[in-house]
Amino acid sequence: MQQRVRNAMAIASAAGSHVDPVPDTQGRWYVFARNLHTVFSAATANRGAKLGFFLVLALIVVAIFAPLIAPYPADQMGAGMSLLPPNGDYWFGTDEFGRDIFSRVIYGARLTIQVGLIAVGISLTIGTITGLVAGYAGGWTERVLMRLVDVVFSFTETLIALAAVAVLGPSLTNAMIAVGVAAIPFYARVAYSVTLVERNRAYFDAAYVAGAGHLRLIFVHLLPNIVPPLIVVATLGVSSAVLAAAGLSFLGLGAQPPSPEWGAMLSAGRDYFTLAPWIMIYPGVAIMIVVLAFNLLGDGIREALDPRQKS
Amino acid sequence: MSDVAMNDLSETPVRTRATDAKTVLAVEDLCTDFRTKAGSVRAVDGVSFELKAGEILAIVGESGSGKSVTSLSIMGLIPEPPGRIAGGRVFFDGQDLTKLTDRQLQKLRGSSLSMIFQEPMTSLNPVLSIGRQMTEGIRQHLGMSADQARRHAVEMMRRVSIPAPEHRLKEYPHQFSGGMLQRIMIAIAMSCNPKVLIADEPTTALDVTIQAQILELMQELRDMTGAAIMLITHDMGVVAETADRVIVMYAGQKIEEGSVEEVFRAPRHPYTLGLLGALPRLGQAGAVGDTELNEIPGVVPPLTDLPPGCRFSDRCSYATDKCRAETPPLETKRPGHIAACWHSDELESPT
Repeated sequence: MQQRVRNAMAIASAAGSHVDPVPDTQGRWYVFARNLHTVFSAATANRGAKLGFFLVLALIVVAIFAPLIAPYPADQMGAGMSLLPPNGDYWFGTDEFGRDIFSRVIYGARLTIQVGLIAVGISLTIGTITGLVAGYAGGWTERVLMRLVDVVFSFTETLIALAAVAVLGPSLTNAMIAVGVAAIPFYARVAYSVTLVERNRAYFDAAYVAGAGHLRLIFVHLLPNIVPPLIVVATLGVSSAVLAAAGLSFLGLGAQPPSPEWGAMLSAGRDYFTLAPWIMIYPGVAIMIVVLAFNLLGDGIREALDPRQKS
Repeated sequence: MSDVAMNDLSETPVRTRATDAKTVLAVEDLCTDFRTKAGSVRAVDGVSFELKAGEILAIVGESGSGKSVTSLSIMGLIPEPPGRIAGGRVFFDGQDLTKLTDRQLQKLRGSSLSMIFQEPMTSLNPVLSIGRQMTEGIRQHLGMSADQARRHAVEMMRRVSIPAPEHRLKEYPHQFSGGMLQRIMIAIAMSCNPKVLIADEPTTALDVTIQAQILELMQELRDMTGAAIMLITHDMGVVAETADRVIVMYAGQKIEEGSVEEVFRAPRHPYTLGLLGALPRLGQAGAVGDTELNEIPGVVPPLTDLPPGCRFSDRCSYATDKCRAETPPLETKRPGHIAACWHSDELESPT
C-alpha cells in the first residue's frame, strides 16, 4: 500500500515537471540516492529477498570489522584449551590447537567475500566481453568465440577448477582464479543471448546510422542494456563461487592451513568430527548462510528486474 | 490540393522549387540482392533517381516494393550476408558510396547523410539520457566540447519546438511521448547539418495530428537548412502534403516518377492510379477515383515468382498480351514525368 502511494506520488511529480519545469536544484547525488532507493525497494520487495539483503549486508559488516568483533586473532594457538565445546567464553568452541572457532569464522568472512568478488569479477568481466563481442560482431568472430565457450561449458566447473589448480598450484588465490575462469562460459552465454536481442532493437540501428563506431556501439549502447540480467547472474554466481572455492579448499587445493577459510576449516575438522563436531558445524553453517543469502538476493533482484513478474 | 490549384498548374510544365538546385545524391541503376532459400532475390532492381538540394522526394510503394531497401542500400546498411549490393552506383558529395569502406561511410553517416526511422519509441537507447544521445553525434562529427555540444543540442531541441530543452536534456526516452521522440530523432538527425536526410516512414507510428506536425516540422527544417529529404512512405496523403517530387515503386522497380502535382493530376501508370484511387476522400467524387474507396486487386507478387513482362500485369485492368510478354521501359510521358507502362495514354485522366 505504501509502495503504491509512493509510486503515485512519483508519477504525479513527474507529470508536474512537464507542466512547470522547476530549475534543477536537486543535484546529482539526490538523483543517485533516489534511484538507489528505487532499486533497493524493488529488490527487497519480497521477504526472502529482504532477508538475503540483510544477511549479505551483515556478512560485509562482519568482514570489515572482523578485528573488532572477533575476541581472538584468527590463528592464535592456545587461545583456550584444545577441543573445548561451545561455551560462554568460546562461543563456537575451540579446535585441536585451541584456536577460537568463532574468531576464525569471523575472519573467514573476509576470505569468503574476497573469493566471491574476485572469482565473479573474473568470470563476469571476461564472460561479458566475450559474449558482447561475439553477439556484436557476428560471422566468424561469433562462431569461433561461442564454440570455444561451448567447449569450456561442456566440462564441469569443478573439473576445470581442479585442472587449473593442478597447473597453478594450490593456494586460495589460484582457487579464486580457477573458479572464476571455470564460470566464464556461463556469463558469456547470458551476455551473448541478451546482446543478440539488443542489437536488433531500433536504437542500435539508429546509433549505427548516426555514425557511432564499434567501441561506442558496444560499450555505450549495448553494455548498459545487457547489464540487468548480468546483475542477477552475478549475484547468484557469488554463491556458487563461494561454494566452489570452499570445495577446492576442502580438497586441500585452495586455502592452506592455517588460513581460516571455511572450506579449509571443514577439511581440518574432519579428523575430530566424532569428538568435536563443532569444528565442522560452524564453518559449514556459515557457508550455507552465505550461499542462501546470495541466492535469495539474486532471486529478489531478478524478480525486481523482470517486467513480466511485476504486479 | 484543391481542384482549382491543380487546374492552374495543368498546362505549365511543373517546376519544383528545387529544379535548378544542384544534385546532392544521384542513384544510378541500383540493384540489391538477398540470398534466400528459394535462391537469390533482387529486392531493388535497377533504380535510378536524383535528389536535389532543398527538395523533398517521396518514395511510395506497398510493403515489399523495395523502398526501404533502397534507402538502406544508400546508407550502406544492407546486412551482408544475406544482402548484397549487386550493381549500380550511389553518388554523394562526389564519391560513390557503394565503394567506400566502412570507416569512410561511418564519417558520413550522421553528419552529411542522416536517417530517421519509423519507430521513434524504440529508436532511442532507453538507458541513456536524451542529452547524452543528442550530444554524442555532435561531439563526434562537429568536434565540439561537451559544453558546446550541450548548447548546440539545446538549440536543436528548441528548433524542433521541445519546451524547456535544458530541463528535458536530462530526461530519458520513456519520459517522452512518441511525437516528442520523433522530434528529438529529427533534431539529432539535423544537428550536424546533413545534406541529405532519409526519413523511413517517419510518421507511420504516430497519430494523425502529430503526423501533420512532424511533416510540417520537416518542411520547416528543409526551408531553414536547405537539406534534401528523401521521404519513404506508403501514404499518398503524406506525399501530397509534403513532397515536391514522387517516385512510385513496385516489386523492386521504379515505375513512375514526376512532380507531385503532375503525378497526382495525371498519373501515367495504372498502379499509381490505383494508389490514388485507394485514397479516402471527403465529399463528392474526387479528382481521382470514385465515391467508393477503390482497391487494387491482388497483392504484390513474391520477388521469387515475378510474372514475365510488366510486373503489375497480373493486377492491372489495362493489361494486354503485350504487357504479359514484354517489360515496358521507363519513358518520358510529359516533361519531367516518366513512367513504365505500355498503356499510359489510355489511362483515364482524372478530372
